[in-house]
Amino acid sequence: MSSVLSEIRKDYLYNMILKGTRADGRYFDQYREISIERGVIAKAEGSARVKLGSSQVLVGIKMQPGEPFPDSPNRGVIITNAELVPLASPTFEPGPPNETGIELARVVDRGVRESKAVDLEALCITPGKQVWIIFIDVHILDDCGNLIDASSLGAIAALLSTKVPASKFGLGEDHPLPIRDLPIATTAIEFGDVVMFDPDSDEESIANSRLTVITTADGSICGLQKSGTGVLNLEKVHHIVDIAGEKAKEIREKFLEV
Amino acid sequence: MGENDANITFFKDGLRLDGRRADELRPLKIEVGILARADGSCYIEMGGNKVIAAVYGPREVHPRHLQEVTRAIVRYRYNMASFSVEERKRPGPDRRSYELSKVSREALEPVILTSYFPRSVIDVFVEVLQADAGTRTAGINAASVALADAGIPMKSMISSCAAGKVGGQLVLDPMKEEDNYGEADMPIAMTPDGRITLLQMDGHMTREELKTALDMAMGGCRQVYEVQRKALIDKYNQMEAEIIPDQEQPQEAEVL
Repeated sequence: MSSVLSEIRKDYLYNMILKGTRADGRYFDQYREISIERGVIAKAEGSARVKLGSSQVLVGIKMQPGEPFPDSPNRGVIITNAELVPLASPTFEPGPPNETGIELARVVDRGVRESKAVDLEALCITPGKQVWIIFIDVHILDDCGNLIDASSLGAIAALLSTKVPASKFGLGEDHPLPIRDLPIATTAIEFGDVVMFDPDSDEESIANSRLTVITTADGSICGLQKSGTGVLNLEKVHHIVDIAGEKAKEIREKFLEV
Repeated sequence: MGENDANITFFKDGLRLDGRRADELRPLKIEVGILARADGSCYIEMGGNKVIAAVYGPREVHPRHLQEVTRAIVRYRYNMASFSVEERKRPGPDRRSYELSKVSREALEPVILTSYFPRSVIDVFVEVLQADAGTRTAGINAASVALADAGIPMKSMISSCAAGKVGGQLVLDPMKEEDNYGEADMPIAMTPDGRITLLQMDGHMTREELKTALDMAMGGCRQVYEVQRKALIDKYNQMEAEIIPDQEQPQEAEVL
């Protein structure tokens, strides 16, 4: 929401909304075209490149044995990171992650973690001593809006294609990463009195607030994140949560359950 | 959430481990204007949480390139003391505190009339001295009172409270044990008329549970609001009581 959008463009978007449509002709709850390409990086244990409209993200998974956290000695570890590299947008700058990048990484992480998508117990090598550490690294290539949904989808798609590199570390044969759930993040923005799903970057910059709903395969909710300086009433929250559930189901069935 | 949920009971005779009902807040104490240097300040105890908030501003923005021509910017710094938690926390900001600072700022900004103070900054500093689940909600509650104490024009107060799910049951304002071993945690913040400015959730809830939990958390926020309001009114009553006796004894006119 940080890019400068001319007042004229803002006006134009607003008038489109009054007519009940969006600048690119989509319905308010319509997603842009999604495509996922898996296994694009051979050096990574798993990877996926997601295109959501013109937004592009690449998620790479690396794994290595390491020490477990003291409070969960027999569980693997997930570490999620997001890089908003300056090649992806005129508003991104080099340097350590800013709060947008940190929030993005934490919301992606929340989806994977809270849905218990990865069977972390199966990633224990020696209890208390050695477990598998999964690094989920989100690399933003082109920011045309809604990076949270694109990155979350990229993360789970990449995890689905991940092979545990056991042989490389002398820990037996390589095997697929055990995945138990397919969390899908769906994001909507609120502007004026309308709610629009899958906002592009122009829409993001005029939004008052944004709500991300992360849904698991059983239709439950495993994560919510509101951001932006607007307010949401209860009715809008319910509306977004309900549609998010439907959208997530469509995306999950079309792209992940093959 | 729910990492170690085996063998733990959260309810005894229908009450929670600390004797609360499912929809009961922890004891809440709010004091206004406890810091001398800050323009506004507030100390809050929400169960085991002890949190101080201070507001400075509106004041000049440094670095200057951050200033906005049409409005004040709001900065919010959530910081945890290293001794506030069981295992010493490494001092300084981490990724969690960056995120909490962001969402907390966005929880308060909708009600602050920033357009009154172009080119300036309103700084909110929140220090968590003791943490016991729900520090961000305690911080927002304290910050909202501190903003009012600093005389920052606001459309309304913001009140914050979490609802959680433990042992399959929804509970208001989870404490540490419930937060650690529970299945879900959902902090919210809202205006007294029910407009939501912060909404986060992690864990696992069905859609129905989410709806009930939202109602529950909103009920909690309304209770918090009453305490915030009373704390502010008490402070000004007290100030009045301190000032009025002086007025009743006018200084004797000096005879020239």
